[in-house]
Amino acid sequence: MSIISEAASGPVKYLKAQTRWHPIETVFWLATLLPFFFLPDYLQLASQIAITALFALSLDLILGYAGIVSLGHAAFFGTGAYAAGLFSKFVWGEPLTGLIVGTIAAALLGYASSFVIARFRHLTLIMITLGLGLLLQEAANSASWLTNGSDGLQGVTIWPLLGYFSFDLYGYTAYSYSLAVLFIVFLGARRLINSSFGLALRGIRENPLRMPAIGAPSRAHIRIVYTISAAMAGIAGALILQTTSTVALDSLGFERSAELLVMLVLGGAGMLYGGLVGSTIFMVARDQFSGIAPQFWYFWIGLLLIVVVIFLPNGILGGLSKIAAQWRRR
Amino acid sequence: MTAIALSTRGLSKSFGSLEVARGIELNLPVGARYALIGPNGAGKTTLINLITGMLAPNAGQIFLDDEDITALEPQDRVRRGLARTFQINTLFPRLNALEAVTLAVAERRGIAMQFWRNIAVHGEAIEEAYDILAKLRLGEDCYRPTRELPYGRQRLLEIALALATRPRVLLLDEPAAGVPHEESGEIFEVVAGLSDDLTLLFIEHDMQVVFRFATHIIVLVGGAVFTAGSPAEIAADAGVREVYLGTRKHG
Repeated sequence: MSIISEAASGPVKYLKAQTRWHPIETVFWLATLLPFFFLPDYLQLASQIAITALFALSLDLILGYAGIVSLGHAAFFGTGAYAAGLFSKFVWGEPLTGLIVGTIAAALLGYASSFVIARFRHLTLIMITLGLGLLLQEAANSASWLTNGSDGLQGVTIWPLLGYFSFDLYGYTAYSYSLAVLFIVFLGARRLINSSFGLALRGIRENPLRMPAIGAPSRAHIRIVYTISAAMAGIAGALILQTTSTVALDSLGFERSAELLVMLVLGGAGMLYGGLVGSTIFMVARDQFSGIAPQFWYFWIGLLLIVVVIFLPNGILGGLSKIAAQWRRR
Repeated sequence: MTAIALSTRGLSKSFGSLEVARGIELNLPVGARYALIGPNGAGKTTLINLITGMLAPNAGQIFLDDEDITALEPQDRVRRGLARTFQINTLFPRLNALEAVTLAVAERRGIAMQFWRNIAVHGEAIEEAYDILAKLRLGEDCYRPTRELPYGRQRLLEIALALATRPRVLLLDEPAAGVPHEESGEIFEVVAGLSDDLTLLFIEHDMQVVFRFATHIIVLVGGAVFTAGSPAEIAADAGVREVYLGTRKHG
């Protein structure tokens, strides 16, 4: 009888251990449930944060892991939102179907643009992604008979989730729904990062010149991750539409893309949780600051951004993990 | 007659009016150990860039076995068994050696696209990567990020990455560049210990090393093959002494 060896060797064990679920991750996800109990008035905000976190996670896949800078990621967010919105308005208001429609629309756009994206890097790439965002925003603007332009899509009715949970004013359904989708997509993204494909993405980020020399078809890799990232952004867009029943041109715009980049860099790119932490800090701070002195909001965020990129090159999360590592060494 | 592993026909390249490769004809038999020598600026690295597809030639053809690979993308040449190392470390700074070599193995095995499976399921690929590293005495250092490795170890990792593609033809661009003389022996022992089926072309400035490890020597001057032959022939060649070894005739 053959003996199947269950004991993996050192190197295999090592790589397996790198991908293991950490207890602090359980703490993090349990903490996302706290708003239900302690901040019931803020569930709408919590829902917006969860959706933005998902959007930031989608950017992290391409920027943080594959090193592809984008200043036009809102193009996919907005596409997901408009596709889900138009589908709900004219065809069928069931939210899960709408979510799928928004995802597919964004994925298709992402796949189409990935053929251009995969050929360029650096400033050229930033300009192309920026241009794509502007292009799409203007297209949505000129199609105002359909999108209602800058006033936003009107008359969208979203049916109750699973035929039972209607989207209430307090945001119970919105936050439960957004959080559940965020968690599921996060698990998928985590799986991708911990795969051999995830390793190849880091290879592209670390040295795009070496990749062809080890026989890697980097462009094919980039096309895949870009499509996945666009689909994820589309999911976030569809969620924002469904939880607010409207979408306007700004969801496609440059400002949305730039803000997203700021959140990810603040939190820490290439760390999986960086976008989640960054978007939470950003949006909670905006909510608090804009209550006190709305006109100064961008002053503080600008200051914070400069301080973080100078002193914490890996973002707030990177800084925290560094402190934790030093603590452990003591 | 032994089969030819790699050959070039009339390979030429110029940048503006500067000709960096002029009608280069190479024929590397299977299992040969060729040294490519020549003064600085002779076009040695350019030749490797042309052969591996990192530069496109203006004219000429490159054959791997009997296949014309002139129009292939660099990664497709690698997949067919043509690998290289770089004179200046071209590594993955924040990956450790195990991750980097596992990546190269995964690409060769065609499993690098599997984004839905944890990397640890590819036990065989990881084992293979570790075996390559262990053979190059990098086993103990393989969990440290590449950028933290001593320079000499990084030079070995250059070779490990190329070997992970299972090349039939390997082009080494100054494998011991920048390594102190006493340590460069270790790198060339690794090179000498490579499989006999592997066809090697290496650039090297240290003549002791060249005469010790090469079965053939190609002298490149001004982008053209000046002469080629066995180490003994090259050593006796007065022309080579003049242009390369710097011995001037008097009178």
